[in-house]
Amino acid sequence: MGLIEKVEATQLKDGRPDLRPGDTVEVSVRVIEGDKERQQKFVGDIINVRGAGTRKTFTVRKISEGVGVERTFPLHGPSIAEIKVTKHSKVRRAKLFYLRRKTGKSARLTEQRTQ
Amino acid sequence: MIGLIGRKVGMTQLFDEKGDVLPVTVIQAGPCTVTEVRSADKNGYAAVQLGFGTNKEFRFTRPVLGQFKKRNLPPSRKLREFRTDGAPAEGGSAYEVGQSLTVALFEKGEHVDVRGVTKGRGFAGVVKRHKFAAGHASHGPTAGKQPGSIGASAYPSRVVKGKRLPGRMGGVNLTIKNLEVVAVDAEQHVMMVLGAIPGPPNGLVFVTKREG
Repeated sequence: MGLIEKVEATQLKDGRPDLRPGDTVEVSVRVIEGDKERQQKFVGDIINVRGAGTRKTFTVRKISEGVGVERTFPLHGPSIAEIKVTKHSKVRRAKLFYLRRKTGKSARLTEQRTQ
Repeated sequence: MIGLIGRKVGMTQLFDEKGDVLPVTVIQAGPCTVTEVRSADKNGYAAVQLGFGTNKEFRFTRPVLGQFKKRNLPPSRKLREFRTDGAPAEGGSAYEVGQSLTVALFEKGEHVDVRGVTKGRGFAGVVKRHKFAAGHASHGPTAGKQPGSIGASAYPSRVVKGKRLPGRMGGVNLTIKNLEVVAVDAEQHVMMVLGAIPGPPNGLVFVTKREG
Protein backbone atom coordinates (compact mmCIF):
# COMPACT_ATOMS: atom_id res chain seq x y z
CA MET A 1 0.00 0.00 0.00
CA GLY A 2 1.40 3.35 -1.00
CA LEU A 3 1.65 6.27 1.36
CA ILE A 4 -1.15 8.15 -0.38
CA GLU A 5 -3.50 5.21 0.09
CA LYS A 6 -2.50 4.99 3.75
CA VAL A 7 -3.36 8.64 4.25
CA GLU A 8 -6.65 8.25 2.43
CA ALA A 9 -7.56 5.13 4.40
CA THR A 10 -7.70 7.22 7.57
CA GLN A 11 -10.27 9.47 5.90
CA LEU A 12 -12.68 6.72 4.89
CA LYS A 13 -15.81 6.42 6.99
CA ASP A 14 -17.00 3.03 8.14
CA GLY A 15 -20.52 1.93 7.50
CA ARG A 16 -21.09 3.85 4.31
CA PRO A 17 -23.27 1.68 2.06
CA ASP A 18 -22.30 0.50 -1.39
CA LEU A 19 -24.38 2.87 -3.50
CA ARG A 20 -25.49 2.16 -7.03
CA PRO A 21 -27.24 4.33 -9.58
CA GLY A 22 -30.97 3.83 -9.27
CA ASP A 23 -30.94 3.39 -5.51
CA THR A 24 -33.42 5.45 -3.55
CA VAL A 25 -31.69 6.91 -0.52
CA GLU A 26 -32.36 8.97 2.57
CA VAL A 27 -29.31 11.11 3.28
CA SER A 28 -29.14 12.71 6.73
CA VAL A 29 -27.10 15.88 6.38
CA ARG A 30 -25.63 17.72 9.33
CA VAL A 31 -26.70 21.35 9.25
CA ILE A 32 -25.06 23.86 11.57
CA GLU A 33 -27.19 26.88 12.39
CA GLY A 34 -25.42 29.29 14.67
CA ASP A 35 -24.16 27.07 17.48
CA LYS A 36 -26.86 24.45 17.04
CA GLU A 37 -26.60 21.35 14.93
CA ARG A 38 -29.51 19.50 13.43
CA GLN A 39 -30.04 16.92 10.74
CA GLN A 40 -31.82 17.42 7.49
CA LYS A 41 -33.00 14.61 5.26
CA PHE A 42 -32.54 14.62 1.53
CA VAL A 43 -34.55 11.85 -0.10
CA GLY A 44 -34.24 10.91 -3.75
CA ASP A 45 -32.79 8.65 -6.41
CA ILE A 46 -29.09 8.27 -7.10
CA ILE A 47 -28.40 9.28 -10.67
CA ASN A 48 -24.60 9.34 -10.60
CA VAL A 49 -21.77 7.71 -8.65
CA ARG A 50 -18.24 8.72 -9.50
CA GLY A 51 -14.70 8.62 -8.15
CA ALA A 52 -13.05 6.21 -5.77
CA GLY A 53 -11.71 6.25 -2.23
CA THR A 54 -12.10 9.58 -0.45
CA ARG A 55 -13.02 11.26 -3.72
CA LYS A 56 -16.12 9.15 -4.28
CA THR A 57 -19.26 11.24 -4.69
CA PHE A 58 -22.88 10.52 -5.53
CA THR A 59 -25.66 12.69 -6.89
CA VAL A 60 -29.20 12.46 -5.54
CA ARG A 61 -32.13 13.79 -7.56
CA LYS A 62 -35.58 14.51 -6.22
CA ILE A 63 -38.61 16.44 -7.33
CA SER A 64 -39.36 19.15 -4.81
CA GLU A 65 -42.63 21.02 -5.31
CA GLY A 66 -42.53 20.30 -9.00
CA VAL A 67 -38.93 21.41 -9.39
CA GLY A 68 -36.13 18.95 -9.95
CA VAL A 69 -33.41 19.30 -7.30
CA GLU A 70 -30.03 17.57 -7.42
CA ARG A 71 -27.42 17.45 -4.75
CA THR A 72 -23.97 15.89 -4.92
CA PHE A 73 -22.46 14.53 -1.71
CA PRO A 74 -18.96 13.27 -0.95
CA LEU A 75 -19.55 9.69 0.23
CA HIS A 76 -17.00 9.99 3.04
CA GLY A 77 -17.69 13.62 3.94
CA PRO A 78 -18.17 14.39 7.63
CA SER A 79 -21.29 16.44 6.91
CA ILE A 80 -23.21 13.25 6.17
CA ALA A 81 -24.58 11.66 9.32
CA GLU A 82 -26.26 8.66 7.76
CA ILE A 83 -27.17 7.17 4.39
CA LYS A 84 -30.14 4.80 4.26
CA VAL A 85 -30.87 2.86 1.08
CA THR A 86 -34.60 2.28 0.89
CA LYS A 87 -34.97 0.82 -2.60
CA HIS A 88 -32.89 -0.65 -5.40
CA SER A 89 -34.23 -0.01 -8.88
CA LYS A 90 -33.64 -1.81 -12.12
CA VAL A 91 -31.47 0.41 -14.26
CA ARG A 92 -29.49 -0.33 -17.40
CA ARG A 93 -26.92 2.43 -17.33
CA ALA A 94 -24.39 3.92 -14.93
CA LYS A 95 -25.53 7.53 -15.25
CA LEU A 96 -29.23 8.30 -15.08
CA PHE A 97 -29.01 11.81 -16.48
CA TYR A 98 -31.87 11.00 -18.89
CA LEU A 99 -34.22 11.39 -15.91
CA ARG A 100 -33.70 15.13 -16.15
CA ARG A 101 -35.66 15.23 -19.39
CA LYS A 102 -38.47 13.09 -17.99
CA THR A 103 -41.35 14.20 -15.84
CA GLY A 104 -44.23 12.51 -14.05
CA LYS A 105 -44.86 8.85 -14.78
CA SER A 106 -41.99 8.39 -17.22
CA ALA A 107 -39.51 9.60 -14.61
CA ARG A 108 -40.17 6.60 -12.39
CA LEU A 109 -37.75 3.75 -11.84
CA THR A 110 -38.88 0.15 -11.46
CA GLU A 111 -37.89 -1.61 -8.27
CA GLN A 112 -35.53 -4.51 -8.51
CA ARG A 113 -36.87 -7.63 -6.87
CA THR A 114 -34.28 -9.66 -5.02
CA GLN A 115 -34.82 -13.01 -3.36
CA MET B 1 16.42 28.22 8.56
CA ILE B 2 16.57 24.62 9.64
CA GLY B 3 14.58 22.19 7.56
CA LEU B 4 14.53 18.73 6.12
CA ILE B 5 15.24 17.01 2.84
CA GLY B 6 12.37 14.90 1.56
CA ARG B 7 10.46 13.47 -1.31
CA LYS B 8 7.14 14.54 -2.69
CA VAL B 9 4.80 11.57 -2.46
CA GLY B 10 1.82 13.08 -4.24
CA MET B 11 -1.38 14.96 -3.68
CA THR B 12 -4.68 13.94 -2.17
CA GLN B 13 -7.52 15.55 -0.28
CA LEU B 14 -8.66 15.70 3.32
CA PHE B 15 -11.90 16.74 4.94
CA ASP B 16 -11.77 19.42 7.62
CA GLU B 17 -14.19 19.63 10.58
CA LYS B 18 -16.60 21.72 8.54
CA GLY B 19 -16.74 19.09 5.84
CA ASP B 20 -14.83 21.20 3.34
CA VAL B 21 -12.24 19.50 1.19
CA LEU B 22 -8.60 20.55 1.60
CA PRO B 23 -6.08 19.88 -1.19
CA VAL B 24 -2.91 18.55 0.43
CA THR B 25 0.50 17.35 -0.69
CA VAL B 26 2.04 14.40 1.11
CA ILE B 27 5.79 14.74 1.68
CA GLN B 28 8.10 12.04 2.96
CA ALA B 29 10.51 14.22 4.93
CA GLY B 30 13.58 12.87 6.61
CA PRO B 31 14.92 11.23 8.62
CA CYS B 32 18.00 13.34 7.95
CA THR B 33 21.41 12.84 9.51
CA VAL B 34 23.49 15.80 10.57
CA THR B 35 26.71 15.25 8.62
CA GLU B 36 28.49 18.49 9.39
CA VAL B 37 28.01 21.52 11.65
CA ARG B 38 29.18 24.90 10.46
CA SER B 39 29.73 27.59 13.08
CA ALA B 40 30.15 31.32 12.91
CA ASP B 41 33.63 31.09 14.44
CA LYS B 42 34.97 28.48 12.09
CA ASN B 43 33.08 29.05 8.86
CA GLY B 44 31.70 32.57 9.19
CA TYR B 45 28.09 31.37 9.28
CA ALA B 46 26.01 28.92 11.27
CA ALA B 47 24.52 25.99 9.42
CA VAL B 48 24.04 22.25 9.47
CA GLN B 49 24.67 19.90 6.60
CA LEU B 50 21.99 17.26 6.40
CA GLY B 51 22.10 13.95 4.59
CA PHE B 52 19.04 12.13 3.23
CA GLY B 53 18.51 8.69 1.76
CA THR B 54 20.99 5.92 1.07
CA ASN B 55 22.76 4.55 -1.94
CA LYS B 56 25.15 1.74 -2.78
CA GLU B 57 28.71 2.47 -1.82
CA PHE B 58 30.08 2.24 -5.35
CA ARG B 59 27.76 5.05 -6.42
CA PHE B 60 29.84 7.52 -4.43
CA THR B 61 33.21 8.89 -5.38
CA ARG B 62 36.00 8.05 -3.00
CA PRO B 63 36.45 11.61 -1.70
CA VAL B 64 32.76 11.82 -0.82
CA LEU B 65 32.74 8.38 0.73
CA GLY B 66 35.78 9.36 2.77
CA GLN B 67 33.85 12.24 4.31
CA PHE B 68 31.23 9.79 5.60
CA LYS B 69 33.84 7.25 6.72
CA LYS B 70 35.62 9.94 8.70
CA ARG B 71 32.44 10.62 10.67
CA ASN B 72 31.44 6.93 10.95
CA LEU B 73 28.17 7.61 9.14
CA PRO B 74 26.41 5.60 6.45
CA PRO B 75 26.67 7.49 3.14
CA SER B 76 23.68 9.70 2.27
CA ARG B 77 22.45 10.10 -1.27
CA LYS B 78 21.67 13.79 -0.96
CA LEU B 79 23.43 16.44 1.09
CA ARG B 80 22.28 19.97 1.72
CA GLU B 81 23.11 22.77 4.11
CA PHE B 82 20.48 24.57 6.12
CA ARG B 83 21.36 27.89 7.75
CA THR B 84 20.78 28.02 11.48
CA ASP B 85 21.78 31.64 12.14
CA GLY B 86 20.30 33.23 15.21
CA ALA B 87 18.16 30.22 16.02
CA PRO B 88 19.11 27.94 18.88
CA ALA B 89 18.78 24.28 18.08
CA GLU B 90 15.95 22.18 19.38
CA GLY B 91 15.86 22.09 23.15
CA GLY B 92 18.55 24.77 23.32
CA SER B 93 21.37 22.34 22.60
CA ALA B 94 23.58 22.59 19.57
CA TYR B 95 23.41 20.26 16.61
CA GLU B 96 25.84 17.36 16.61
CA VAL B 97 27.28 15.29 13.82
CA GLY B 98 25.40 12.00 13.62
CA GLN B 99 22.22 13.43 15.12
CA SER B 100 19.04 12.41 13.33
CA LEU B 101 16.34 14.94 12.48
CA THR B 102 12.79 13.81 11.77
CA VAL B 103 9.49 15.38 10.80
CA ALA B 104 8.90 15.94 14.50
CA LEU B 105 10.79 19.16 13.70
CA PHE B 106 7.52 20.50 12.32
CA GLU B 107 4.18 20.74 14.00
CA LYS B 108 0.64 20.95 12.80
CA GLY B 109 -0.50 24.49 12.07
CA GLU B 110 2.94 25.97 11.46
CA HIS B 111 3.98 27.37 8.09
CA VAL B 112 6.89 26.17 5.96
CA ASP B 113 8.62 26.90 2.66
CA VAL B 114 9.02 24.07 0.17
CA ARG B 115 11.66 24.16 -2.54
CA GLY B 116 11.93 21.79 -5.46
CA VAL B 117 12.62 21.54 -9.17
CA THR B 118 9.52 22.09 -11.29
CA LYS B 119 8.48 19.56 -13.91
CA GLY B 120 10.28 20.18 -17.20
CA ARG B 121 7.87 21.28 -19.88
CA GLY B 122 10.29 21.45 -22.81
CA PHE B 123 9.98 24.15 -25.45
CA ALA B 124 6.67 25.68 -24.49
CA GLY B 125 4.55 28.17 -26.37
CA VAL B 126 3.53 31.54 -25.14
CA VAL B 127 0.10 30.51 -23.87
CA LYS B 128 1.46 27.84 -21.52
CA ARG B 129 4.67 29.66 -20.64
CA HIS B 130 3.43 33.20 -20.05
CA LYS B 131 -0.31 32.72 -19.68
CA PHE B 132 -1.10 34.64 -22.86
CA ALA B 133 -4.76 34.56 -23.80
CA ALA B 134 -5.17 32.32 -26.83
CA GLY B 135 -7.09 33.48 -29.87
CA HIS B 136 -10.42 32.06 -30.87
CA ALA B 137 -10.18 28.45 -32.02
CA SER B 138 -12.81 28.86 -34.73
CA HIS B 139 -14.38 31.70 -36.77
CA GLY B 140 -11.86 32.11 -39.55
CA PRO B 141 -8.13 32.80 -39.66
CA THR B 142 -7.61 33.94 -36.08
CA ALA B 143 -4.40 33.80 -34.07
CA GLY B 144 -4.84 30.52 -32.18
CA LYS B 145 -1.94 30.06 -29.77
CA GLN B 146 0.50 32.33 -31.62
CA PRO B 147 2.27 35.15 -29.75
CA GLY B 148 1.02 37.86 -32.15
CA SER B 149 3.02 41.02 -32.82
CA ILE B 150 6.34 41.20 -30.99
CA GLY B 151 6.96 44.89 -31.57
CA ALA B 152 6.87 47.86 -33.92
CA SER B 153 8.69 48.12 -37.29
CA ALA B 154 11.19 50.86 -38.26
CA TYR B 155 11.45 52.12 -34.73
CA PRO B 156 12.95 50.44 -32.75
CA SER B 157 13.85 47.92 -35.52
CA ARG B 158 14.53 45.26 -32.91
CA VAL B 159 12.67 43.19 -30.37
CA VAL B 160 12.72 44.75 -26.91
CA LYS B 161 14.71 42.89 -24.28
CA GLY B 162 12.69 40.70 -21.98
CA LYS B 163 9.90 40.26 -24.52
CA ARG B 164 7.94 37.18 -23.47
CA LEU B 165 8.34 34.57 -26.18
CA PRO B 166 8.26 30.77 -26.50
CA GLY B 167 11.13 28.83 -25.01
CA ARG B 168 12.24 26.31 -22.42
CA MET B 169 9.87 26.05 -19.51
CA GLY B 170 10.11 24.26 -16.19
CA GLY B 171 12.99 22.31 -14.72
CA VAL B 172 13.97 25.26 -12.54
CA ASN B 173 14.20 25.68 -8.79
CA LEU B 174 11.04 27.07 -7.28
CA THR B 175 10.18 27.86 -3.66
CA ILE B 176 6.58 27.90 -2.55
CA LYS B 177 6.43 30.03 0.56
CA ASN B 178 4.16 29.94 3.58
CA LEU B 179 2.47 26.58 3.19
CA GLU B 180 0.46 25.43 6.18
CA VAL B 181 1.42 22.10 7.74
CA VAL B 182 -1.80 20.11 8.01
CA ALA B 183 -0.49 16.90 9.53
CA VAL B 184 2.73 15.36 10.81
CA ASP B 185 3.25 11.63 11.26
CA ALA B 186 6.62 11.11 12.92
CA GLU B 187 6.29 7.34 12.84
CA GLN B 188 6.07 7.13 9.07
CA HIS B 189 8.21 10.23 8.45
CA VAL B 190 5.33 11.83 6.60
CA MET B 191 3.98 15.35 6.65
CA MET B 192 1.20 17.03 4.74
CA VAL B 193 1.06 20.64 3.58
CA LEU B 194 -1.86 22.60 2.23
CA GLY B 195 -1.63 23.15 -1.51
CA ALA B 196 0.73 22.13 -4.27
CA ILE B 197 4.52 21.97 -4.30
CA PRO B 198 6.95 21.89 -7.25
CA GLY B 199 8.09 18.75 -9.00
CA PRO B 200 6.82 15.30 -9.90
CA PRO B 201 5.90 12.59 -7.40
CA ASN B 202 9.09 11.15 -5.93
CA GLY B 203 10.88 14.43 -6.69
CA LEU B 204 13.39 15.77 -4.20
CA VAL B 205 12.14 18.69 -2.07
CA PHE B 206 13.55 20.81 0.72
CA VAL B 207 11.17 21.78 3.50
CA THR B 208 12.32 24.69 5.65
CA LYS B 209 10.89 26.35 8.71
CA ARG B 210 9.90 30.01 8.36
CA GLU B 211 11.72 32.63 10.35
CA GLY B 212 10.00 34.21 13.33
